[in-house]
Amino acid sequence: MDNVKVKAAFISVLLFLVFIGVWYIATIPKESSSLSGASAEYAALMGKGAEKSGGFPPPADVGKAFVKYLADPFYDRGPNDKGIAIQLGYSLARVGLGFFLAVLTALPLGFAIGMSPLLTRALDPFIQVLKPISPLAWMPLALYTLKDSSVSGIFVIFICSVWPMLINTAFGVASVRRDWLNVARTLEVSPLRKAFLVILPAAAPTILTGMRISMGIAWLVIVAAEMLVGGTGIGYFVWNEWNNLALPNVIFAITMIGVVGMLLDTIFGRLQKLVTYRE
Amino acid sequence: MKHSFLSIEGLGKTFPAEDGSLNPPVFEDIHFKIEKGEFACIIGHSGCGKTTILNVMAGLEEATAGYVFMDSREIKGPSLDRGVVFQSHALMPWMSVLGNVAFAVRSKWPDWGKKQVEEHGAKYLEMVGLGDALHKKPAELSGGMKQRVGIARAFAIEPKMLLLDEPFGALDALTRGTIQDELLKIVQATHQTVFMITHDVDEAILLSDKIILMSNGPYARIAEIVDVTMPRDRTRAAMHHDPQYYRIRNHLVDFLVHRSKTYSGEAASADHDPRNPPVVQPGLEESPQRAAA
Repeated sequence: MDNVKVKAAFISVLLFLVFIGVWYIATIPKESSSLSGASAEYAALMGKGAEKSGGFPPPADVGKAFVKYLADPFYDRGPNDKGIAIQLGYSLARVGLGFFLAVLTALPLGFAIGMSPLLTRALDPFIQVLKPISPLAWMPLALYTLKDSSVSGIFVIFICSVWPMLINTAFGVASVRRDWLNVARTLEVSPLRKAFLVILPAAAPTILTGMRISMGIAWLVIVAAEMLVGGTGIGYFVWNEWNNLALPNVIFAITMIGVVGMLLDTIFGRLQKLVTYRE
Repeated sequence: MKHSFLSIEGLGKTFPAEDGSLNPPVFEDIHFKIEKGEFACIIGHSGCGKTTILNVMAGLEEATAGYVFMDSREIKGPSLDRGVVFQSHALMPWMSVLGNVAFAVRSKWPDWGKKQVEEHGAKYLEMVGLGDALHKKPAELSGGMKQRVGIARAFAIEPKMLLLDEPFGALDALTRGTIQDELLKIVQATHQTVFMITHDVDEAILLSDKIILMSNGPYARIAEIVDVTMPRDRTRAAMHHDPQYYRIRNHLVDFLVHRSKTYSGEAASADHDPRNPPVVQPGLEESPQRAAA
């Protein structure tokens, strides 16, 4: 078991090094001598060395961006120049708030739908139509009605995370084992006690799966939403650096998005493990 | 006439068919009584509606016809007066063994403190021999131990009546024997009134005071009630030395194999009255062979 772990880690590191190596070789600046006289002159006129116009940044430049941003993640020099931790903080706060509102809505509603076959049927057409709508398609409506870009971002997170949670909660609640409900019935357990002590723990693994999916989607969507509305957040940071043509910073931000997404998923994976029961 | 502790009068159940019309009733005109402190087993082939009868007694299902009275009150809906042991143990896997029993205890006595609830639960778990598994999760237990927890949970609410739906059906023969012995001991000590479904003829003879025989469904009825006349202090080890044992056993097997299909429909004999099914005592008869009723 441990042996496999060590081997896997070794291969991971190896793959990473190969990747960096290939990247390095692919972005080696072309020999200046290959430039024709006119181009070289043009480059000089533009105030750039030939090696800088190579296009895709080499690993070393990206590495520098990593060091620069991670060395001081919390600085704040005006609206367009904030540390990476602050930008991520904005995004996480939006995701957290939108997600929290979605939990507040989806859990009770999912419970009601799961317990009532009537509600399941009545609400099904709405859920089926609303679910596949890209969260960003709501953006114009949200901006118009809410009149605030930050609140609109939170709304978009809310609307995209609500569906997986709602559907999973309803499904989890509806498929609680008949036996357990019968036990609760023969013991004359009150509805509230039944909901919290029988149905909730029984459906918890399914509900948490829904939350995990929702969180994944929310983190995907926040980047796009912030690119649209601008101002703050990691999505805006990516867009801003693209406008600056600072590709090393873009690559750095992309990596951060991935790392934070992974951390979020790990947290929900842990929570899921915590509520999963073995039969 | 004195009212019986539990009496079932004219019970019938019809399930709707897929096309909305009515299927023939699974059982109809079911009448029997159980006295306080009595252990009654019901035997019949699959599909005669035994589990439905038990569920109606538990209040989990509604019959299409007839009534069940307990203590002269009609049974409508589930109640803490009746403890149910489910076929599939039905333990909540996220609670510990003690947690499962405590959940039941707290339902019966909501104003008890945590300590009192746990002591009470532990007492019943010790009774079924699980005193040192209190804090395990059900998944860590064997099938037999899980079923014991189910039994402890049902006993812990000190119900007026215990309903057991084939509680040992999923267990291997050795485990089943051990738990039967334990159940026997507990029931003899507590004089609990019990109604139990079983497929096992030996189990029925070992445990019960009377065995209710059901004919085959549809139109299933109570065919006979067999009085188990052997002395009450039976043990699994010594039971088969009693000459009554084989007479009763032969009678039951003979019923299940030959006679269980002759009580309904065309084959029903005219002198069989389902309202007052014959009570027989095959154990006391000289000859084990007996003509069909």
